[in-house]
Amino acid sequence: MISFSQVNKRYPGGFEALKNISFSVERGEMVFITGHSGAGKSTLLKLIPAIERPTSGSLLVSGQNVGAMRPGAVPYLRRNFGLVFQDHKLLFDRSVFDNVMLPLAIGGFETREAARRARAALDKVGLLEKERAYPITLSGGEQQRLCIARAVVSRPSILIADEPTGNLDSAYASEIMDIFRAFNQVGVTVLIATHDEAVLERMKPRVIRLARGALLP
Amino acid sequence: MKGWIVQHAQAMGFTLRRLVRAPVASLLNILVMGIALSLPAGAYVLLENLQALSGQVNSAPQVSLFLALDAARSDVEKTEARLKSHPEVKRYRFVPRDQALADLKRNAGLADVVESLKQNPLPDAFVVDARSGAADALERLSRELRQWPKVEHVQLDTAWARRLDALLQLGRLAVLALATLLAFTLVAVTFNTIRLQVLTQRDEIEVAKLIGATDGFIRRPFLYFGALQGLAGGIAAWVVIGAFLALLNGPLSELSQLYAASLYLRHLPLQDSLSLLGFSAWLGWLGAWLSVSKHLQQVNPA
Repeated sequence: MISFSQVNKRYPGGFEALKNISFSVERGEMVFITGHSGAGKSTLLKLIPAIERPTSGSLLVSGQNVGAMRPGAVPYLRRNFGLVFQDHKLLFDRSVFDNVMLPLAIGGFETREAARRARAALDKVGLLEKERAYPITLSGGEQQRLCIARAVVSRPSILIADEPTGNLDSAYASEIMDIFRAFNQVGVTVLIATHDEAVLERMKPRVIRLARGALLP
Repeated sequence: MKGWIVQHAQAMGFTLRRLVRAPVASLLNILVMGIALSLPAGAYVLLENLQALSGQVNSAPQVSLFLALDAARSDVEKTEARLKSHPEVKRYRFVPRDQALADLKRNAGLADVVESLKQNPLPDAFVVDARSGAADALERLSRELRQWPKVEHVQLDTAWARRLDALLQLGRLAVLALATLLAFTLVAVTFNTIRLQVLTQRDEIEVAKLIGATDGFIRRPFLYFGALQGLAGGIAAWVVIGAFLALLNGPLSELSQLYAASLYLRHLPLQDSLSLLGFSAWLGWLGAWLSVSKHLQQVNPA
């Protein structure tokens, strides 16, 4: 489903973020990417939805070469993904419900069907009773769950989360991880970057380790 | 198809909310555009009214032919026969001298003066409609008529009308130049408004891009905004011109009563009004498009 082959990423200025990365992720897998800060986890995840482009090597997603994709096709590629960000990237000028509606508006869903889906997504992350609230009034864990609801509302086949539990205490963190596992159990491919070793101990998933931009065996 | 309509409806609703959320800024923008547009459009309205006025006075190619005072009945008939067979003459009307005097008496309150005359000072005359309105053709015709026997005087009635036409033409050119200049103003105002909007909505645009919004989707509400604001500016211009005309028409009707004429300034006809609104909406759209195309590139998620 996702396959990296000899991917390098050098940022302007010469910093080499990723060196010769090769691995692949099958459909329905749940994979953790770990490493210290600056090891290249975020860069790796940004390559998949073409937020950053590889400098060399090839990156295939569902058979499409993402590295060479023309800009006009990128939005359609991104609709296959649900993206969860460490800083949530919520829109604070609109309600919880409207935040979740955004991907559906982009996808051109009919309003009533979209509202039904948005409520279902909010229900899954336990925020249904807060749909009228504004994100600023939510706790950190709730904001992260809202971000997940927004990521899954358009039913993507791949979930990508960059440090989803980075700012959360361990109780919230395991709650968030349980949500990801639930999505994985219904067939969604999940990629999570984390430096939280406790989570790995508990879940025993497949782990890809990065150090200074290279894969560790 | 349905999704497409839904997306456009949503973008429209979104745009309207955005306009309403900043009422003072929107209102000021609309006023600036309205005033900028009302200058050329107002000048155009005045020109059209002048044009209509000169049309009323008759600007058809006409030549008046006056016979000598001592012309006999037979001379009149001879001249009439020559006019009838002349290829350049479309139509003619004979005005006998007695009728001309009677007209004069009735027309302009000159009855007393006319009564005091011992004899009729007016000659027999023909009013000739020429087949061609071209200036040189008319000139040639009048020169030829002047050579005929017993013809005292030939006058081109259209000279002043054509002079007015030439002036109006010049005025129209000036209006066009003014409109072009002020159209740039409108585009610039929209450009700047949209630039500010793109900057304040950076986060939103960034998130939308991250979750798969096409550039078209992101651009759409801005384009709607520009077009809508332009349209509102056009409506403002229309209203400004209307108010201006209403203001002028009061004194004008008093003035025209003094001259026993009816002068009245008309607003733009329906078709021109729609053109004005369409054009201003298009300019707004253009400004928004230029702005959003330029500034969208600067908002890239990372």
